[in-house]
Amino acid sequence: MVAMVNKPSGVNPPAIQVRGLSKSFGDRLVLRDLDLEVSQGSFLALFGANGAGKTTLLRILSGQARADAGSVMVAGCSLPKHATTVRRRIGVVSHRGLLYDDLTCLENLVFYGRLFSLSDPVAQARQTLQRLALDSHASQRVRTLSHGQQKRLAIARAILHRPVLLLLDEPEAGLDRDSVNLLEGLLKDWTAQGGTVVMTTHDQARGAAWAHRAVVLADGHIHEQDAVQVERRS
Amino acid sequence: MTQFLGTVAVLVWKDLKLEFRSRDILVSVLVFGLLVALLFSFALKPSPGEGARLAPAILWVALAFSGTITVTRTFVREQEQGGLEGLLLTPASRDAIFLGKALTSFLFMLAVEAVLLPAFSALLAAPLLSAGIAVTAVLATLGFATLGTLFSAIAVQTRSREIMLPVLFFPIILPLLIGAVESSAHALSGGGFSRWLPLMGVFDALFLVLCPWAFGAIMEE
Amino acid sequence: MSSDAVTARISPAKPLGQTTRWLGLLALVLTLADLYLIFLVAPADAVLGQVQRIFYIHVPMAVLSFLAFFLVFVGSLVFLMRRTPRWDRLAHAATEIGVVLVTLALLTGIIWARPVWGVWWTWEPRLTTTLILWLIYVACLMVRAYAPSRSRGAVYAAVVGIIGFADVPIVYYSVQWWRSIHPAPVVGPLAEAGALEPIMLAIFLFSLAAFLVVFLYLLLQRIAVRRLEDQAAGVRLASGGQASPGAP
Repeated sequence: MVAMVNKPSGVNPPAIQVRGLSKSFGDRLVLRDLDLEVSQGSFLALFGANGAGKTTLLRILSGQARADAGSVMVAGCSLPKHATTVRRRIGVVSHRGLLYDDLTCLENLVFYGRLFSLSDPVAQARQTLQRLALDSHASQRVRTLSHGQQKRLAIARAILHRPVLLLLDEPEAGLDRDSVNLLEGLLKDWTAQGGTVVMTTHDQARGAAWAHRAVVLADGHIHEQDAVQVERRS
Repeated sequence: MTQFLGTVAVLVWKDLKLEFRSRDILVSVLVFGLLVALLFSFALKPSPGEGARLAPAILWVALAFSGTITVTRTFVREQEQGGLEGLLLTPASRDAIFLGKALTSFLFMLAVEAVLLPAFSALLAAPLLSAGIAVTAVLATLGFATLGTLFSAIAVQTRSREIMLPVLFFPIILPLLIGAVESSAHALSGGGFSRWLPLMGVFDALFLVLCPWAFGAIMEE
Repeated sequence: MSSDAVTARISPAKPLGQTTRWLGLLALVLTLADLYLIFLVAPADAVLGQVQRIFYIHVPMAVLSFLAFFLVFVGSLVFLMRRTPRWDRLAHAATEIGVVLVTLALLTGIIWARPVWGVWWTWEPRLTTTLILWLIYVACLMVRAYAPSRSRGAVYAAVVGIIGFADVPIVYYSVQWWRSIHPAPVVGPLAEAGALEPIMLAIFLFSLAAFLVVFLYLLLQRIAVRRLEDQAAGVRLASGGQASPGAP
C-alpha cells in the first residue's frame, strides 16, 4: 500500500520514502512491512493510538533507531548508511526538550549550532530565537522558563540549522493558544518555502486543519485517512 | 581533524559550564571520597607508622569508588536532560561525543584527586604528593574515565543500573587498579617511577582505541 | 534477533541435525572411556598421589574455557560488524558454556589446592586471573539479561565480550607481577621434556579430546536452542506480541 498523493513531478526525490519497514521492541512487533512516501514541501499529519508506533517511526526516520527490515530514504539519503548527512538535513522535536536546564536559551542554541558546525552560530541562534518570539528570554536559563517557552525553544533547536525536513512528535502538547498559532504560522511558512513536515498529534481536528495529508498508524501499517484532503483553513 | 577536536572541545566546555553552575558532581564526589578514607581509617585503625603502608590501598579504593560515581553522574546528567538524544541527532561523530564525555569525566576526576591527594597525605601521614604518584594518578584516571564512560553508557540503559556499572567495570579495570596501588607504593617507598607505569599506559592506549568504537556500536539502536 | 524473527514464521524450526546427534553419542562414549582411563588405568602420581587425577579434568576444562572465550570474542566482533543473529548466537552459546567451564575449573582447582597447598584458595596469578575471567563473563551474561530488549542485550554483551577478551592478557600480566604457587605447566609449549610420564600424557591428551567433543556438542546444542528461542520470539511477534510482556 504505497501512498502516492502529491507525487512529485520532475527531479525532486520524495522527502521520505519507506518500503517494507519492520521494527520490533522486545517481543512486540511495532511496525510491520510499512510503506510510506512523503513528497517534498508537503505536510503530513500522523495519527495513531498510544503505543501504535508513531514515535518509533519518527525515531527510525531521524536515524536514531535502526529498522529490522526494509529500506528507508530520508532527504535523498538512505538510512542508516548516510545517517550523518541525514542528521544535517532534518530537525527533530521529540517529547523531551533535549535542552540543558542550566544553560541559557542562547547558550543552548549556540551549543547545538557549534555541533552542526554552523558558520555563525551566535547570529543564527539569535535569529531563530526571534522567529519563535524568545528573543527577550535569550539570556534566561532554561530552568526558569515556562513549559510552553521550553517547548518553543525545543522547536528553535530543531530548526536552527535550517533543515529541509522537520519531524515533530506532538509539538503542540502543552502549548498555549498564542504559541500554537506561532507554531502554525511557522510550519505554514516552512512548507511554503519548500520544507517538508511530518507531525504526530492526538488532535485530529488540528492535524487535519494544518496538514496537506493525514494518515493513521495502526497495526503497524499506514492507513490513509480519506476524509482529510487538501483543505486548509487560512 | 580540527572539526573533530572542535566538537570535543564544545562538549567539554558545555559540561564544565554546567558543572560550574550546579556544582553537583564535584562537591558530592569529593565528600564521598573523604568518607571512604574515613571509613577505612576507622575499620583498619592504622597505628602512627602504618599510614604510609596502607595509604596506596585506601587512596585507590576511594578513588575507584568516587570515579565510578563521577562517570555515572556525568552520563546520567546527560540522560536526564535528554541530552544524549540531542547529541546523537547532530552530525557530530560518535567518537567525538564519546571522547567529549570521557574527557569531561577525566577532568572532573583529576580535580577531585587534586583535593583528595593532599587531604589523604595529611590524614594518613603519607607523602602522597610526588611526581611518581602524579603520573600514576593521571594514567589510572585516564583508563578509569575511558572504560567508565563506555560502561556507564551501557549501564544507564539496563535494569538495576546502579549495580551494573561496578559489576561490569571493576573486573575489567582491575589491572589498572593493581598497577595504581603498586605504583603508588613504589613511589611512597622512595622508588620514583615504577615498572607498572608502562603497563598502565598500554592499558590506556588499548582502551582509548577500543572504547570509542564500541560506543558507536552501542549508540546504534 | 528481530530481523529473522520476521521471517521465523516462514521457516519451520530445524530439527537437530543428524551430525549433532552422532556427536552427542560420541561425547558419551568418549566421556565413559575417559573416566575409565583416569580412574582405572592412569597410575597414581608418585608425589601427589590420587588427588593428581583431578588434573585430567581440571586442565581440559580450563583450556576449553579459553577456547570458549575466544569464540565469544570472534562471535561478538563479527556480530557487531555484520549484525547478523547467527554470530550473536555463537557468542551467547560460547559465553554460557565458557562460564560453566570456568566455574568447574575453579571448583576442581579448589578441591585440588586443599590437600596439595594446604589452603582452599590462594591469590596466585593463574587462579586470580581465572576468577577475574569468571567475573567478566558473568557480567557479560548479566548485561544481556538486564538490557531493555533482546537486540540491545546482544550488542551490550558483544561489547563486553570484546573488551573483556582484550583485557585478559593485561589481567594476566598484572596479576603475575603482583603475586607469583601454581604448578608450572607440564603440557604444551612450556613443558619440559619428561615432566609427565608417557602414559599420563596420553591419557591427558585423550581426556582433552573427549572434553573437546563434549564442548562442541554443547555448543551446537546451545546454538540450536537459541535459534528455537529466537523463532519462538518471532512467532510471538507475528501473533501480535501480547505474550509475556516482561520477557527479554
